[in-house]
Amino acid sequence: MQIHLEAKDGVPIYLQVMQQIKYQIASGRLQPGEELPSIRTLAEQLLVNPNTIARAYRELETAGVVEKRRTAGTYVAESGSPLARKERLKLINERIDRLLVEAFQMGFDLDDVLKLVQKSQLAIDHQKQEERSHE
Amino acid sequence: MNNGNSTSPRPVVEIRNLNRNFDQKWALQDVSLQIPQGGVFGLIGSNGAGKTTLIKHILGSHYAQTGSVRVFGIEPVASPVEVLSRLGYMSEDRDIPGWMRVAEIINYTRAFYPSWDPHYAEELRELFDLDPKARIRDLSRGQAARVCLLLALAHRPELLVLDEPSSGLDPVVRRDILTAIVRTIAEEGRTVVFSSHLLDEVERLADRIAILHEGRIVLHEQLDVVRESFHRVTLRFDEALSEPPPMPGAIERQGRGQEWTYLCRGDRELLLQAAKRLSAAVVQESSPSLDDIFISTVNRN
Repeated sequence: MQIHLEAKDGVPIYLQVMQQIKYQIASGRLQPGEELPSIRTLAEQLLVNPNTIARAYRELETAGVVEKRRTAGTYVAESGSPLARKERLKLINERIDRLLVEAFQMGFDLDDVLKLVQKSQLAIDHQKQEERSHE
Repeated sequence: MNNGNSTSPRPVVEIRNLNRNFDQKWALQDVSLQIPQGGVFGLIGSNGAGKTTLIKHILGSHYAQTGSVRVFGIEPVASPVEVLSRLGYMSEDRDIPGWMRVAEIINYTRAFYPSWDPHYAEELRELFDLDPKARIRDLSRGQAARVCLLLALAHRPELLVLDEPSSGLDPVVRRDILTAIVRTIAEEGRTVVFSSHLLDEVERLADRIAILHEGRIVLHEQLDVVRESFHRVTLRFDEALSEPPPMPGAIERQGRGQEWTYLCRGDRELLLQAAKRLSAAVVQESSPSLDDIFISTVNRN
């Protein structure tokens, strides 16, 4: 499991770990039932306090994203799919919020943004067709 | 694993109202600290802030002129053997006798510690790729640091004290030192105290920090609490201002015209309410890094 910590941007490390694990589950890089590295292994890999990893795992467990099993390992929750959808929604909503804030600051309104999104979609579709016709 | 919170029984290090001066110059002023068992305590401060002087009190190499120092509940100056046998120490100076060979310094140091674990010492020696026949004076700076680290760890101390351990070392050796800290803390109940001016190391490893500035403790708190109590907000006012209005807990203000950025300590809600009262829009909000917190706290004091 690859996790990249950014020390300078002020986001607490346990949150960075939580967000990246959630993102990897939402994007399918971590599968339901997959075992996460032990707290100590991840702490040594990332060179962070094991308590920080323990906190990230604990909060992920409370949120139902991961589950502890009898063998003391931590696993991606099996009931992953509805939750993954919730997580995916949350992630995409965070990006939409950021997009809207920036758009409004630059003086675009919602209609402008929707039109631009549709335009981008058309461009992507067009590009895909081009690629297909070249194959 | 311990959460490093205040539910731990007795603090491993307890310092009360410690004062120290050298030649009429204050080195420590009214320092009080509690270091709970089972966590990593990061001591932050600029050069000359008093970090090493404070650490030397923990080791018992300085006596408390006024106030008190207790380590494991014991006074280190009065009972140095009881304290030092349970403590591992590595300093920035790494002063070990240059004429000794690696194997000799290991055997020599072993004699001082009843709890010395020869298998662990050997494991570390191999891990660090240290030649037992090499003379200390011929070692590179990084290898010498690894010898010191081995000597500090091999008796599996209850308290590991590292004074600027990674100062002047390359990233590979720094990684060894940080790994040693992580391993030490992962073993039940052990405590690490380390001083550093590399704040990203402190941010990664410490669960509790103290900022020392000109001999005084200006901040002493769990790192999570520190993080939650500092906020950076950029406000946009209706009109250009030559002087930004005061905000609750503001310790730094920067900007010009309509946009001003504040670094504040305190409750985030109060901050947002104050912004609302000034009919200012919050255009950006972030958590400051430990670097920013350190610089602004020190400047303010």
